[in-house]
Amino acid sequence: MAENQRILVCAGTGCASSGAHTIIDLLQEEIIRQGIQDRVSVVPTGCHGFCEQGPTLIIEPQQTLYTQVKAEDIAEIVAQDLMEGKLVERLLYVDPLTQKPATTFANSNFFAKQVRVVLKNCGFIDPEKIEDYVANDGYKGLANALKMTPDAVVEEVKKAGLRGRGGAGFPTGLKWGFCRNSPGNKKYIICNADEGDPGAFMDRGVLEGDPHSVIEGMLIGAYAIGADEGYVYCRAEYPLAIKHMEIAIAKAEQAGYLGDNIMNSGFNFRLKIRAGAGAFVCGEETALMASIEGRRGMPNVRPPFPAQSGLWGKPTNINNVETWSSVPHILAHGADWYTQYGTEKSKGTKIFALTGRINNTGLVEVPMGTTLRSILFDIGGGIQNGKAFKAVQIGGPSGGCLPDEMLDLEVDYDTLTRAGAMVGSGGLVVMDETTCMVDIARFFLDFSQKESCGKCTPCREGNKRMWDILDRITKGEGKIEDLDTLENLALVIKETSLCGLGQNSPNPVLATLKYFRKEFEAHIIDHKCPAHVCTALLTYSIDAEKCKGCGLCAKNCPVGCITGEKKEAHTIDEAACIKCGTCLEKCKFDAVIRL
Amino acid sequence: MCTTCENLVDPKQIKLDEVIIKYQSENGPLIPILQEAQEVYGYLPADVLRHVSKTIRIPLAKIYGVVTFYSQFRLAPVGRNLINVCLGTACHVRGGANVLDMIEKTTKIKDGETSEDRRYTLEIVACIGACGLAPVMSINGQVYGRLEPENVAEILAKYE
Repeated sequence: MAENQRILVCAGTGCASSGAHTIIDLLQEEIIRQGIQDRVSVVPTGCHGFCEQGPTLIIEPQQTLYTQVKAEDIAEIVAQDLMEGKLVERLLYVDPLTQKPATTFANSNFFAKQVRVVLKNCGFIDPEKIEDYVANDGYKGLANALKMTPDAVVEEVKKAGLRGRGGAGFPTGLKWGFCRNSPGNKKYIICNADEGDPGAFMDRGVLEGDPHSVIEGMLIGAYAIGADEGYVYCRAEYPLAIKHMEIAIAKAEQAGYLGDNIMNSGFNFRLKIRAGAGAFVCGEETALMASIEGRRGMPNVRPPFPAQSGLWGKPTNINNVETWSSVPHILAHGADWYTQYGTEKSKGTKIFALTGRINNTGLVEVPMGTTLRSILFDIGGGIQNGKAFKAVQIGGPSGGCLPDEMLDLEVDYDTLTRAGAMVGSGGLVVMDETTCMVDIARFFLDFSQKESCGKCTPCREGNKRMWDILDRITKGEGKIEDLDTLENLALVIKETSLCGLGQNSPNPVLATLKYFRKEFEAHIIDHKCPAHVCTALLTYSIDAEKCKGCGLCAKNCPVGCITGEKKEAHTIDEAACIKCGTCLEKCKFDAVIRL
Repeated sequence: MCTTCENLVDPKQIKLDEVIIKYQSENGPLIPILQEAQEVYGYLPADVLRHVSKTIRIPLAKIYGVVTFYSQFRLAPVGRNLINVCLGTACHVRGGANVLDMIEKTTKIKDGETSEDRRYTLEIVACIGACGLAPVMSINGQVYGRLEPENVAEILAKYE
């Protein structure tokens, strides 16, 4: 008799958009058709983290990982793998560096080098079922915490050395202590799920895939701090995360983990969800609280800190999703277990979102102190299409771009800040030779100046001026003294802005100036964009020797600026050319030259 | 109340009042009310804002301030299909701008505009968290990833 098997199908936002729901339906139909529904179950899970290869599914207990599964593969998977126990080899993940197929998820390079603590359940349980969470040591940390005094819980988190995963890296236990010791009967805690950094989606992954871990973390925090009410502030762009969180809260209420007299301890706690309304600045603590209160999300001067006067003037503690989700593990296994991972000053594990020009995009969790090179090349599988690595952007619009020579840095809060970047929320956007660093600096400033709330002048006006200068440089109208002006403006904005958004918004420019100054100079002095991105600096012409006169370029040119007789070399009217690059793409003879 | 007039009551108005009742006893009810009101009407008409203002006793000027601060809220109706093109970092690095170009060419509208036949509204967004599949867009909430400019027209054609 064949054994019981579970098929874990990733149904996170990424895989869902690649057709995961069709796969789930077809699997269920096929399993019934083959009459094996008694021993095989299909479980829609949260994100496996392997978005590039989606839709992905894992068959347990064998741990077989199938990638890029399509509707037409289902019958074969059921007949060959589930019925006969033979691998469907063509669906196995092939490592881009070694070209070897991985027979289980655990022996694929992508998963093998990760240490999944916070992501432990993501992709392995049904996030809509509380019993799945409980069966995997869920709410064990809470049970342990409720047997301790609140002060002892704060001490345990301090001892674990957990630091805020939202960006700044402030010690979590210390923050809890401030709020706990703040006078007042009514206190709030908040989960910051307003994950706005473009290129970061680890919080979405956790909320979608393991929402109870966030609830449990918040319960432990509320007990330690003495709060009886909490909010999860989640950005509206994550509808699936909000849905799973709503279900999880309802289930936790039914099971008695939320409400009055939780686990017979006399501790009461209620949790609500608030959806953001599309403002990046609301990731800042004081702006976030203004938004929950129903006001424009504009930051306030600190002090008073939220721990003294936060939501509706009451002491409030805010942590982000990944931080809350780390807490149950600390209380379940102890601070000593947690501190086995990480560096001296940055303990535990961190989730990074790998995106951009890299082979294995997705979510990866590694111990703090892992080198960037290991994350990008061992786990990330290197650069797409064999191109050369140029930079990795870390920390979103507040971080910086680091070049190849910085890749052996051990990632923790302090080393990255010294290098001019920051861990931030943990987005890693990989760039290759086709990315222009001036364009990237302009891109981030474009983002920051659009998202500036406008309250303080340095951020509102300064970022706009910096953007103007960068825009000029990308158009070939820059002056060499612009680079000094940029640096001066950046320092003023950093020193005088009101909140973290403004204080960090010049970082992408400063870091690119530091590590890629030559590229700026090429734009200004030579009027060239080495990456061929800045259209104003490009010229297109046709190599008369290679041109066969097929006319394909002229036919596709949107402005009709290419002329020539049939079977004779064509020419481009440079004055009329809009530099769209269509001719270069269409030419079959490599006759179009871009300089 | 005049029972014969009951049929004349706008069903959307009834829903709006239900939404207000649901939140008005909570702390900070304004944003959730506006969010759900926008779900009912598709945007936030001036009359609705006036009604909310009167019922929950928050000055209209304050409500207008909130509505114009957050990018989610709209003061004008959108087309039948809402296209959100992501131009976050990952999508930018993987050619999101080319995808946007093609959408603009196909729909003949730009960011923030609605086509004359009200078929499409186009909005640029900064990140929808599907960075692993960049470049991406979503239409009416359905996410499309790994886009190439060539296959944009085909996807758009599915939405009438």
